[in-house]
Amino acid sequence: MADNVFIALQNNPDAQPIIQAIVEDNPAAVVNDSPGMVKIDCPKRLVIRRETVEEKIGGEFNLQDIHLTLISLAGNIEEDDDEFVLQWNI
Amino acid sequence: MAAKPRRLNLTQKYQLMTRGLDWETTYQSMDDVFPYDKYEGIKIKDWDKWQDPFRLTMDAYWKYQAEKERKLYAILDGFAQNNSQLNISDARYMNAVKIWMQGVTPLEYAAFRGFAMLGRGFRGAGARVACQFQSIDEMRHYQTQMHAFSHYNKYFNGFRQFARIRDRAWYLSIPKSYFEDAVTAGPFELITAISFSFEYVLTNLLFMPFVSGAAYNGDMATTTFGFSAQSDESRHMTLGLEVIKFMLEQDEGNLPIVQQWLDKWFWRGYRLLGLVGTMMDYMLPKKVMSWRQAWEIYWEESGMALFNDLARYGLRPPKYHEVATKEKYRITHEFWCTIYQFSHATALYTWIPTEEELDWFSAEYGELFDTVYRPRYEYWAELDRKGERFFQKRLPVVCNVCQIPIFHTMPDDPLMNCCLVSEYKGTKHQMCSQGCKDIFDHEPEKYCQAYIPPQQIYQGNCGGATLEAYKEWLHIKDEETGEYYGSEDHIMWEGWKAQSGKPADAPA
Repeated sequence: MADNVFIALQNNPDAQPIIQAIVEDNPAAVVNDSPGMVKIDCPKRLVIRRETVEEKIGGEFNLQDIHLTLISLAGNIEEDDDEFVLQWNI
Repeated sequence: MAAKPRRLNLTQKYQLMTRGLDWETTYQSMDDVFPYDKYEGIKIKDWDKWQDPFRLTMDAYWKYQAEKERKLYAILDGFAQNNSQLNISDARYMNAVKIWMQGVTPLEYAAFRGFAMLGRGFRGAGARVACQFQSIDEMRHYQTQMHAFSHYNKYFNGFRQFARIRDRAWYLSIPKSYFEDAVTAGPFELITAISFSFEYVLTNLLFMPFVSGAAYNGDMATTTFGFSAQSDESRHMTLGLEVIKFMLEQDEGNLPIVQQWLDKWFWRGYRLLGLVGTMMDYMLPKKVMSWRQAWEIYWEESGMALFNDLARYGLRPPKYHEVATKEKYRITHEFWCTIYQFSHATALYTWIPTEEELDWFSAEYGELFDTVYRPRYEYWAELDRKGERFFQKRLPVVCNVCQIPIFHTMPDDPLMNCCLVSEYKGTKHQMCSQGCKDIFDHEPEKYCQAYIPPQQIYQGNCGGATLEAYKEWLHIKDEETGEYYGSEDHIMWEGWKAQSGKPADAPA
């Protein structure tokens, strides 16, 4: 078992830069498309970096804005102003 | 020029707006102000160790919730104005939405009440603030769901008089008793039951594959409130995991208490979700994934990863999770076979799946489906063709704990009914499984008082001791119950499809 963490986002335009940033910053991430929803699995640890999302948007991004597109997640959360991390401490 | 105001970082803001607003009481002792957070035996040494990983504060909470509501209501308005009920895959699908409104939405309201109590009951400010947010969230979910369903209520049966149905319908004691059990426990058990066992471990199965299925079946209203609610659930799940870690880190004596709660609430939640699995497998005409597959992804994969992580605290996976995994091949079929036989006593319609759907079940569930369940459906379909649609004449015996009809089978024998009995104070109590029997035996004084609807009905306490008298008391009319094909919903749907030039669905 890979002990994946996951994050699921609504499949809407707001989520696209976040998804792109996740894929760029987490080479092991696997994106699963489902109607209305995108679920991203990653072994043990997944990071969302504010700077990467801002590059994709071409403007400012507040990491707490992911609450608007977030559907679900699995993993222990570490969040500050620059990074949102999901991980299993195994 | 005024200097740019310095912005607090997330951690500072969180400190100031939770603990920073709290104080130790002096006129009254803290134990008198917070009288309920010790009697369960959970020992907390330092409430300041509580952390909300999202570090959400009230100002950010209102901002995000307002934004979510604006988006949601824009879509609901568009949905209603454009007659989008015409875009669903098939009117059979509406029965999943009816179950949601009858069974799930009242749970949101029950959760609102429960978390309002917790938002007052814990002495730690961080925990209280998180529970207050959740309480408001749950009220929001209840309201947005009712608003979404009100449009369907204009056209389809089964949506009217939700409050009376919630109070009186025998089958709705399944979800209702779950929450009543939780809110009559102490505060730590309540939050473990709802935020961790239900929301973290299990509700992904409701809000992800089922809501994605709603999207696939053209139900934009349910998809939108479902995902909007689930964005709050992510926060609730995080609260659930946090409270487990917090209790286990505070005192090692908390471990056996927490483990017992997890064993209990995993099993109760799993039993309840059998109904969701049945909605997914049988009530989504267009399939996203089967219950079996969802169980593998969300329990066997994600649930196990979670419990591997928690093993460092000495916690083990909940008792009987292996039984739940064995049952993944049959639970939804056993459930549907039961609802099929009793739908004349519910505000729902049921039907025999189409040939194409039966083939999908064969592919997803293999030999067990072909040897055990398919022959039942073929038998009932044959009776139906002869004009003898099968319904049970009496209401079923239900489990004294989960209140589901006793239809589940033995863990290693899908042809042997499982019914276990505990005797307490001279009365026999029947349970559907070892999981439910353990729960009863641990707190018999609580469960011997459970209100069991079929028993109350046959004692004459619900309008009279016959099914007909009971249905009158429930205000359910025959035309909103029973077989789907030939029902008012079916006839209306065929009429709409005929108008739009699309072929109507053929009876099985």
